Amino acid sequence: MHLTRHPLAIADLLAEVQSPERGGTCVFLGTVRNDADITAIDYSAYEAMADEEIERILAEAHERWPDVRVILNHRLGVIPAGEASIAIVAAAPHRDAAFAACRHVIEEVKKRLPIWKKELRGDGSEQWVEAHDHR
Amino acid sequence: MAKVSVRFFARYAELAGCSVSAVNLETPATVADVIERVREVFPGTQAMPPRPLAALNQRHVKLDATVHEGDEVALLPPFAGG
Repeated sequence: MHLTRHPLAIADLLAEVQSPERGGTCVFLGTVRNDADITAIDYSAYEAMADEEIERILAEAHERWPDVRVILNHRLGVIPAGEASIAIVAAAPHRDAAFAACRHVIEEVKKRLPIWKKELRGDGSEQWVEAHDHR
Repeated sequence: MAKVSVRFFARYAELAGCSVSAVNLETPATVADVIERVREVFPGTQAMPPRPLAALNQRHVKLDATVHEGDEVALLPPFAGG
C-alpha cells in the first residue's frame, strides 16, 4: 500500500531503498503551500486504482533503471500547510540515475494518479483544485 | 442489456449527489454511452466536461472502449495528485 493517512515517514522510506552499493539517493517531497490563505489541503483518491497505478509507475521505472530502487508514498486526508503530501525516494549506484528516476516518477504521478485536492482556507471557504502544472 | 456500475469522485461526486451507482444500457456499448446515460440519470453531471477522463475496471481508457455486464466505469475529474 502506497497510500497513507498518517504523516510521511521519510526515514522509513530511506531505509527501504538505501544499501551500501547505492551511492546516490534522491528524495523528492511535495508539501502543501500556504498560497492565498490556504491552511490545509484535503486529498482524496480513487484508492484502489491509485495504488495499482503507483505499482505500474514504479514497475516501469524499475524496467528503465534496473539498478535504481525507488519508492513512493502519498498521504491522503487533511494535510496542514507545510506538511508533505508525497515522498519519492530513489537510490542508485550513481546520482544521475537516482535524479532521473525520481523526476520521472513525480511527472508520471502528476499525469496518472486519480488523486484530487480541495483547498481549505482560513476564512472557512473550500475549493476543488483543477490541474495546473507549475513545475 | 448490460448493467454497469459507475463511480464518481471529488467534484463529480458532488455534481452527481452520490459516489456509487449503476446504469443499464443496450449492448454493444462504450464508455461514452455510459457517460451519456449518466448525464440523463444524474442531471448535475451535465456540468462535467464533454469528454471527462474515465477508467474502466481501474485502468485509464479512451471513451470508445467497450463495456460489458458487470464492468465498473469511474469518472475522474482532472488529477491534482502530488
